[in-house]
Amino acid sequence: MTVDRTATPILQARNITKSYGQVQALRGVDFDILPGEIVAIIGDNGAGKSTLIKCLSGAVAPDSGELLLDGKPVTFAGPKASREQGIETVYQTLAVAPSLDIASNLFLGRERRRPGVLGSVFRMLDVKGMRKDAEKALSDLGILTVQNLGQAVETLSGGQRQAVAVARAEAFSSRVVILDEPTAALGVRESGKVLDLIRQVRDRGLPVVLISHNMPHVFELADRIHIQRLGRRAAVVTPQSHTMNEAVAIMTGAMQVDTTPSADAASLSKA
Amino acid sequence: MSEQSVATAPPAGKDEHRQSPPALVRLRILMHDKPILGPLVVLVLSLVVFSLLADNFLSAGNLSLITQQVMVIGIAGLGQTIIILTAGIDLSAGAVAVFSAIVMAKAATDLGLPGPLAILVGLLCGGVCGALNGALVVRFRLPPFIATLGTLSVFYALGLYLSGGATIRGTDMPAIMTAMGKSFSLFGTNVSYGAVLLVVLVAVVSYCLLYTSWGRHVHAVGDDVQAAGLTGIRTGRVLISVYIVAGVLYGIAAWVLIGRTGAASPQSASTLNLDSITAAVIGGASLFGGRGRVLGTFVGALIVGVFRNGLALAGVQVLWQDFAVGLLIVGAVALDQWIRKGSR
Ligand SMILES: Nc1ncnc2c1ncn2[C@@H]1O[C@H](COP(=O)(O)OP(=O)(O)O)[C@@H](O)[C@H]1O
Ligand SMILES: [Mg+2]
Repeated sequence: MTVDRTATPILQARNITKSYGQVQALRGVDFDILPGEIVAIIGDNGAGKSTLIKCLSGAVAPDSGELLLDGKPVTFAGPKASREQGIETVYQTLAVAPSLDIASNLFLGRERRRPGVLGSVFRMLDVKGMRKDAEKALSDLGILTVQNLGQAVETLSGGQRQAVAVARAEAFSSRVVILDEPTAALGVRESGKVLDLIRQVRDRGLPVVLISHNMPHVFELADRIHIQRLGRRAAVVTPQSHTMNEAVAIMTGAMQVDTTPSADAASLSKA
Repeated sequence: MSEQSVATAPPAGKDEHRQSPPALVRLRILMHDKPILGPLVVLVLSLVVFSLLADNFLSAGNLSLITQQVMVIGIAGLGQTIIILTAGIDLSAGAVAVFSAIVMAKAATDLGLPGPLAILVGLLCGGVCGALNGALVVRFRLPPFIATLGTLSVFYALGLYLSGGATIRGTDMPAIMTAMGKSFSLFGTNVSYGAVLLVVLVAVVSYCLLYTSWGRHVHAVGDDVQAAGLTGIRTGRVLISVYIVAGVLYGIAAWVLIGRTGAASPQSASTLNLDSITAAVIGGASLFGGRGRVLGTFVGALIVGVFRNGLALAGVQVLWQDFAVGLLIVGAVALDQWIRKGSR
């Protein structure tokens, strides 16, 4: 998969800041992702990775800074607004409703109604149709062996819950998929399936933003690696330009990088 | 919701020949899957026990009396249930109902509005009270317990003020306003219109909770309000709508209350606040949100009615009736904790 470095970034953030009371989670961070590429975000706990992707998805409103979608400035009023633009996010906390069943969770917030009077007047949900589609989505992915989609999500294991959240993002995204530590709760086998899934998404031509602490995964999958440190972008590297040890050194501050990041989309395009 | 009762999640990749879980665990899974089961068993058991204790307990006349005694609690309990589903609680349910009853009665007697219009004004009053509760919870971020503890006194005082402390007699109102207390004969039993209305409302609210987006969003908000927000659900709107719908249900309860007691009085229904919570909790609604069924609340209201009526027929003092209902509540909450332990 080759990435066109001269393309306009699909999603771009410029100089974003965000504070929670005294805590400055983001101190002027930049971010960009090109069509068709996988960008990994790495960084210590508290570096602002989750806050950054929440700003990208509209779940958090930045204090200042700019967001560009296909080069045009946007502001997302909430998570729904970004979803309507085809940006799907799996949050670190998964964002599922445990007491609802799997199919309901897949369609949560975008339920489909029955056609005709039943739907328009009585607002009746197309429960069967949604369940059928959910079944298809999950079996297509092959990451879930759930016999009963009517099963409440609270009865699932951590890994299965994660799979439901990833499947939801995969099924509905049309522009960008954002995953915040999607393999954190998974065993080796389940992680492997999620990684396959990420490749599948990329092969569909959708760019993926992946937050992960797992360096081998990151270096295997990512086209570029955004290194987040203390609320800023410390550097952007590629698996080719830097080793894992160097990336970790930048992440922890043991290694300094000059202020012009070596591998952001613009400078790479000149190369 | 599930057609099959497969509730255990086999961890992916585990071999098939696992041991079947011990009986107690299976029971917990079953009760988790079919929340109506517990209340239903209690209801049937209490019917059997009281029919043995008191000869005339199962008579048509007495059963019809029980339904009349539970119809107000049942309808208010429906409103209470949807609020509890969002992990809230409404201490002002009875106060809203009493205030709405007085507004309704005054609209007919003092303003001279025709009956249906006066009833509508009463329902509107309930809705506005609910909107106020909702605004306190959503806009001012007050815990529902505190918000409704405050409005409980406010609505009660307003009702007292508007009525001047006096009872408005049903005979002074248009006939339709007391119609819910009237009965018709069905297979030789007297069935009150209010009881029919309760059953209809149980069906309507069940439908809304189980078969519409709104219902799913109510559950999701009760499960985890932050998660619901991240999926794009407008959680504030859902919450406010829940409090408004509950308020309107209390308004309907007010109409039935006027029919049942033949009057609108600031002193009536003083136990309705807690009774509506009791019905919901005994019916299996979880105070932690997300779990509960209005059908359960209906059964819960019947259980309370059956206990009070049966103990009274058996010659047990009122204080021991309260004692028994108290035990029921504690038992129901303890059971809910036990059931939840299996899934979290
Ligand atoms: N909702 C919040 N309220 C207060 N502080 C927060 C909130 N979310 C994040 N923070 C703080 O912002 C900083 C960055 O957090 P986060 O973006 O979650 O980091 P990461 O995902 O990189 O571990 C941390 O110091 C964290 O404590
Ligand atoms: Mg994080």
